[in-house]
Amino acid sequence: MKVVTGQRPRMHRVLFDLPATMIIGGIILFASFVLAFFPSLFAPYDPNAFDYGALLHAPTLAHPFGTDNYGRDMLSRVIHAYTIDMQIAVFATIVPVIVGTLIGAVVGYAGGLTEAFFGRVVDAIITFPFLVLVIAIVSVLGPGLINMYIAVGIIDWVFYGRLTAAEIKVQKRLDYADAGRVMGYRPSRVVFRHLLPNAMTPALVYWMTDMALAILLGSSLGYLGLGAQPPAAEWGVLIADGKNFMTTAWWISIFPGLAIVITGLGFSLFGDGLAEFLRTRR
Amino acid sequence: MSFASFIFRRVLQMIPTIVFILVVTFVLVRLLPGDPASAILGDRARDADVARINARLGLDQPIFVQFLYFVRNVFTGDLGNSISLKVPVARLIAERLPVTLLLTAMAAVIALVMAVPLAFVSALRRGRASDVVVRGAFQVGLSMPVFYVGLVLLIVFSANLHWFPVGGYGDGFFAHLYHLFLPALTLALSLSAILMRNLRAAVIGVVGAEYVDFARAKGLRSRLVLTRHVLRNALISTVALFGLQIGVLLSGAVVTETVFAIPGAGRLMIDSIYGRDYPVIQGLTIALAVVVSLIFLATDIVQAWLDPRVAR
Repeated sequence: MKVVTGQRPRMHRVLFDLPATMIIGGIILFASFVLAFFPSLFAPYDPNAFDYGALLHAPTLAHPFGTDNYGRDMLSRVIHAYTIDMQIAVFATIVPVIVGTLIGAVVGYAGGLTEAFFGRVVDAIITFPFLVLVIAIVSVLGPGLINMYIAVGIIDWVFYGRLTAAEIKVQKRLDYADAGRVMGYRPSRVVFRHLLPNAMTPALVYWMTDMALAILLGSSLGYLGLGAQPPAAEWGVLIADGKNFMTTAWWISIFPGLAIVITGLGFSLFGDGLAEFLRTRR
Repeated sequence: MSFASFIFRRVLQMIPTIVFILVVTFVLVRLLPGDPASAILGDRARDADVARINARLGLDQPIFVQFLYFVRNVFTGDLGNSISLKVPVARLIAERLPVTLLLTAMAAVIALVMAVPLAFVSALRRGRASDVVVRGAFQVGLSMPVFYVGLVLLIVFSANLHWFPVGGYGDGFFAHLYHLFLPALTLALSLSAILMRNLRAAVIGVVGAEYVDFARAKGLRSRLVLTRHVLRNALISTVALFGLQIGVLLSGAVVTETVFAIPGAGRLMIDSIYGRDYPVIQGLTIALAVVVSLIFLATDIVQAWLDPRVAR
């Protein structure tokens, strides 16, 4: 709970108190979103322009990440892929976060049979290997990003539900929850207005990890040909493009992979820092 | 409560899980556009043939009855026939699944061999350079997609150094182990990162416990204290985590088998998707989910054995 102090904390104090991991992660994520929204400002070439005079060029000053078998500039392709991959991170997770958190809040507050039933559903869903179930669903719905979001959404909400339900169970035993009930508030008001804002930390922190996982999943499906469809520049698709040139032109696959690693690090550093920050603020 | 009745109760808990697995895989295939009869016969099938196939498959029955047929078939090991390979799905799975299980088991062993010593180094030298390096390296490992790790290992160890084959499965058990080493290492990397992080935190928690101080005060040699007391207690939560990660590991195996061209269940799954071979996808989904729930069961039992309080 927040400690009430007489003074408003000054902005530079707040910044100074932020964990270093959160600042580094935040910078990486900020840069990633800027690239995702304005790729054309940073990409030196058209990502889809063929250049038959520059096929499979190794990294040089003109093409820092080299070129692929059509002479396309890999740096520009990696930058343009930010648009799709950051979109995957947000779009694949946003519905599970909201739905899972709300269901978790209701389940945690209701307890009893509702909770027991929810527990069985969670057990059953996590028994499926995540990617296998997503692949099975995508195979039925057809390849593509929208179907991937649907497949992830069917499964992913249980993780948020479980985290939030556990936290609500702790919060509902605290005095302020009783106070709300004594005031005669309806259960829905107590849960959503009072308990939930204090029970969202675990779900929020997990969301950061989950966005990194979404990029890993999206690029895995892209690599397998089940996610974003070529010629769209998506990191997994780019890596798959390069796999036939593994022995001769390593740069085609290596640089898109580095983008995945750096973005993933950004999310997990920011998430770790956020967890620490929220813990110390309590 | 005794250990035996804990196991019994835990096995009973698997029933709703199995039912759910069957419902989901049943519904999944019903969601497909088109009907199975035209999938088997092709687009230009005659109505009479469609009706005959529907009757043979029980598709003219109410949906609930169809589900019961489906359950009966699954329990008698009849998962239908592969559309493209024209052989029983159960036989395909029996051929391919052991490859995947061997790969997964090797990955699990490699992950433990990497994670346990490094977690101890990291925990006992907390905050020092070795701790920071180990944690940093694993953090990077966690952010790498499996197929990328596989490609990088292939480029370095197969294409350039020629230490390992570029893919395939080989003939004979030792050839299998040799062919599966790089793929298993690929899978092990992210698993060991997750295990390492958990085990490190657990070791830090356990090292400060009073019974460890007592064991030291008794004059036990430091190595005995670490293995008998610290490791055993730190492993409890790691075993639970290990079980939860098995699904992730099998998912990774699907991708890894594609990267390294290993003829396992994962490769079969991807090939079946390209070939729209739904009976195989359905059968594999069931088989993999059952494997995961059996491993959940095994890790719960190991956990109860390590920590009798769990069984209560």
